[in-house]
Amino acid sequence: MGEFVLRRLLAAIPVLLIVTLIAASIMQLVPGDPAAVIAGQGATDAEVAQVRTQLGLDRPFLVRLGEWYLGLVRGDLGYSLTLNRTVGQAILERVPVTLALSGIALLLTVVIGVPAGVLAALRPNSWVDQLVLTLALVGVSVPNFWLSLMLIVLFGVIVEWLPTGGYVPFTENPVEWARSLVLPSISLALLQIGLLARITRATMLEVLRNDYVRTARAKGLPRLMVVGKHALKNVMIPVVTVIGISFGLLLSGSVVIETVYSIPGMGRLLATAIFSRDYPVIQGGLLVTAATLVLLNLVVDLLYAALDPRVTYDRR
Amino acid sequence: MTAADAAQPVRPAGRSLWGRLLRHRLFVTGAVLFGLMLLMAVFADVLQVAAPERMHYRFRFKGPSWQFPLGTDNFGRDLWSRLVHGARLSLGIGFAVVVVTGIAGTAIGLLAGYFRRLDEPLMRVMDALMAFPAILLAIAIAAALGPSAINAVIALAVVYTPRTARIVRSTVLVVREMEYVQAALAFGARHRWIILRHVLPNSLAPLIVQLTFIFAYAVLAESILSFLGVGPPPPTPTWGNMIAEGKDYLREAPLLALFPGLAVMITALGLNVLGDGLRDVLDPRLRVQHD
Repeated sequence: MGEFVLRRLLAAIPVLLIVTLIAASIMQLVPGDPAAVIAGQGATDAEVAQVRTQLGLDRPFLVRLGEWYLGLVRGDLGYSLTLNRTVGQAILERVPVTLALSGIALLLTVVIGVPAGVLAALRPNSWVDQLVLTLALVGVSVPNFWLSLMLIVLFGVIVEWLPTGGYVPFTENPVEWARSLVLPSISLALLQIGLLARITRATMLEVLRNDYVRTARAKGLPRLMVVGKHALKNVMIPVVTVIGISFGLLLSGSVVIETVYSIPGMGRLLATAIFSRDYPVIQGGLLVTAATLVLLNLVVDLLYAALDPRVTYDRR
Repeated sequence: MTAADAAQPVRPAGRSLWGRLLRHRLFVTGAVLFGLMLLMAVFADVLQVAAPERMHYRFRFKGPSWQFPLGTDNFGRDLWSRLVHGARLSLGIGFAVVVVTGIAGTAIGLLAGYFRRLDEPLMRVMDALMAFPAILLAIAIAAALGPSAINAVIALAVVYTPRTARIVRSTVLVVREMEYVQAALAFGARHRWIILRHVLPNSLAPLIVQLTFIFAYAVLAESILSFLGVGPPPPTPTWGNMIAEGKDYLREAPLLALFPGLAVMITALGLNVLGDGLRDVLDPRLRVQHD
């Protein structure tokens, strides 16, 4: 196990290195003179020159890349072009908001998705089963930004139960904070609920076919005990990995959702940076997000190994 | 599995692939949904009731009527006509992404799977690309390149190619170890011949299934890019642009955002269901549900 952890950590390093390289190269894609494009159409020559110096665009790419890496080692992601603070500060300020939003969405996903999947598996082809399968299919097919707009129309405009957007910090007013996160977290979670339910259902069906389940039933154990104690435990192993992946998807989904609902989190920070061509923030944000996802996958892998004693991690 | 299922013959030999597909409920449902959208795209010029960019200022925000089947938008443009032309663009971009992703992903997957020396470097780059949230990377690339249909295709192809490459590679890894491939190698067969004759045909089924899903993702992602303003610029009638324009009039005219969103959803749903059906028939090993 110790060796596996080490090997898995070592394997993540080249991926992280390439991730940093991709994040740092995004600006190279800008056609023509990036400084002129970033400074905007109405910018004077002096302003363009200032942007060029500030971003180091007057120096070769490899030199800039080297400097960026040096900064990275010191934990310095650079200085934002528009926000008047370091990229690190800007990100740190917004991470809690995104974590709260994704956390609530994840909670909804698990609390609804797992029981729905179990119920669907216990009664194949029943209405619960059909509902779960339909929800899973619709969930992956509906554009979540559009779903958000429709929820805003329904709950914010027509019945006026919930705010149409904006964010209230928890410390300011916990009730309004919760209210401001209801629609965004539902919009984020809907897709994941269907997926998680579908996978729980498939795993449950497989587990229920196992000999030990049949034995438990033959012994005369109550159905609830068989499902709750024997089957569910084994269902949870793959489901935990899916939950890990879900969390990653929720984090990335926040880019669109936070923009639609005007929630000041990481996603909106990145979206705004992309539109204001704030490249230091774009690079830093992309890097932090991707690195988080790589680490999350690592944690999920390790968790999988810890949960399931049958899984051995010999070198393939 | 129910008793009725068990009683059915496993799969009558000799029934054609089309026959099996046409008897598959999911496949047919998906094909009908997607087919409707495809017809809209192909016959957009016939189906339109007005030019999609033509503004009828006297008829702004009109509800559905004989003259304007789905009503008009804030510039008095006919929604239905914009919707059918939007189908052409959205499906066109989606299809282009599928073609580019299919070619690039197959090439990378074949190289990585077949030639061990290339495997490590190629797949680490693919892993790194997949480490980024797909939509975030697509937005960043599309924004850097500038808003246009071609750049949207490039951005989405970069994002989805690793997913295709991974599927092709995993099939290649299996096929490469097959005895008939080893035998062909022993007989001195050329790599190119083995790849074309044995490896590629075996990768085809999972590839087609994956590309159907990528088509769905691409249509969804394109709507997000357009919505955020990094897809084809307005007044081009893409579904994402139409939703973005409708967003400002949610109170007065919620239909403006409703219809294009439904169009995206029906297209993606059709493709996802179609993909599920194809997977069941072409590649039963990949099935998620067992019932």
